[in-house]
Amino acid sequence: MKYPTDLRYTKEHEWARIEGKVATVGITSHAQQALGDIVFIDLPKTGRDLKQGETFGVVESIKAVSDLYAPVSGKVIETNAAVVSDLGLLASDPHGKGWLMKIEMSDPSQAGLLLDVGAYEALIAAL
Amino acid sequence: MSLKRTSLYEEHVRLGGRMVDFGGWELPVQYSKGIGAEHLACRAKAGLFDVSHMGEFLVEGPEALSFLQHLVPNDVSKIVEGQALYTVLCRENGTAVDDLLIYRRSGGRYLVVVNASNTEKDWKHFESELARFQERSEVRMRNASAEFAQIAIQGRVSPSIVQAITDLLVKDIKTYHFQEGTVLGSIPAIIARTGYTGEDGYELYLPWSEAPKIWRALLEAGAPLGLEPCGLGARDTLRLEARLPLYGHELTDEVNPLEAGLGWTVKLEKADFIGKQALSLVKTEGVKKKLVGLKLLDRGIPRQGFPVFESADAGSAIGAVTSGTFSPSLQAGIALAFVPPQLAALGTKLYLDIRGQKVAAEVAPTPFYKKPYTPEGITP
Repeated sequence: MKYPTDLRYTKEHEWARIEGKVATVGITSHAQQALGDIVFIDLPKTGRDLKQGETFGVVESIKAVSDLYAPVSGKVIETNAAVVSDLGLLASDPHGKGWLMKIEMSDPSQAGLLLDVGAYEALIAAL
Repeated sequence: MSLKRTSLYEEHVRLGGRMVDFGGWELPVQYSKGIGAEHLACRAKAGLFDVSHMGEFLVEGPEALSFLQHLVPNDVSKIVEGQALYTVLCRENGTAVDDLLIYRRSGGRYLVVVNASNTEKDWKHFESELARFQERSEVRMRNASAEFAQIAIQGRVSPSIVQAITDLLVKDIKTYHFQEGTVLGSIPAIIARTGYTGEDGYELYLPWSEAPKIWRALLEAGAPLGLEPCGLGARDTLRLEARLPLYGHELTDEVNPLEAGLGWTVKLEKADFIGKQALSLVKTEGVKKKLVGLKLLDRGIPRQGFPVFESADAGSAIGAVTSGTFSPSLQAGIALAFVPPQLAALGTKLYLDIRGQKVAAEVAPTPFYKKPYTPEGITP
């Protein structure tokens, strides 16, 4: 699997698309494959302040619960209602229509701490 | 300690099984299509399961029946040759050592099938009880777990698939009955119409080393009929929808069968058996907790151990979830939970604490799933 080059990644398999002060956040194709059929997702309320690395929600497969971690700090300005009502988007388009939330970053320099595509693909390959 | 493998390990790997540690056994939690697809295939057509990790004890001899009658609360004398019986195995205080199946074979021989994770504990219990049993010289007992593989084939098209590998007329085997014969020409097999999914189906007891070729033959015969291999994940969601108890969840060292809703397996009118006094007392005084089915009214998935509350603002829990999952058949969160008897009535609204949030649920009829057909060869 080739991962998009314009995204930044975490070791916990979230991705972030940085556009100005806004980071769009999702989980990677690897994450959703490892979890199996995702049957439940819980996203934060808009307006919530998140710190980098903080748990912002959960995804659940039939068998397991996994926490989601904020890749950057900031305020949640939007969540993706479409993915909540159609979890199939996580499997069909994990890095696009399957996005989870948008964060207005409080410290855009944090994006520099995230993995680039090469580092993320190397991480996956080593698993 | 290294994990034990069944003789079907290579088959699981070849089929893309995701292998996990299940009570010391390396078994597939799912294959490539995933738990949801496997579950629905078993409900709509058929599923194939490796359950070779289960334990098998052979109990024989002139006093085998009276020993088993002493050991378990269900009435073993009621089954005839070729019939099987589900029972709990209890201690003197009525709590469950395990739950098991007893198959009555010809010549007063019995096959006892126990949970994999309890095999050692159960065998010790059998041995220590036999040592105290007066007619012990008339009972022969052997732990034959290493000799038996077990393959379960479950789902409405199972009869045609099993028929493809044996000369026995499998649709004529009644529910909770079995026949002994051969499969694939000459391999000895016990073919039982039993299972753990809520579907029609069979459990095949086979020689350990012969299981791979039988597994492959069943997959080949079943492929055109929609048979899918199913892992432990689907086995768990299927049994939970059918409200079948799982030891370590609904039954534990602290739970008695009356609390677990298994009163139908406790025959207090039977002559003395281990736990009779304690269970009689529970029956007279009434149970302190009852196992109920819960269906979530809001989004969320209940999991084992989640506390149950009487109201959304109640501070202290009145019970706990024993098993919970997302039900692929109902497309909703379902659970089994222990609650006080006065809160066990159908329709009672209760709340689960899911990561700090109270989520509404109601006491629902169980089984959550009932098979919508009459099994082939069975008179309704």
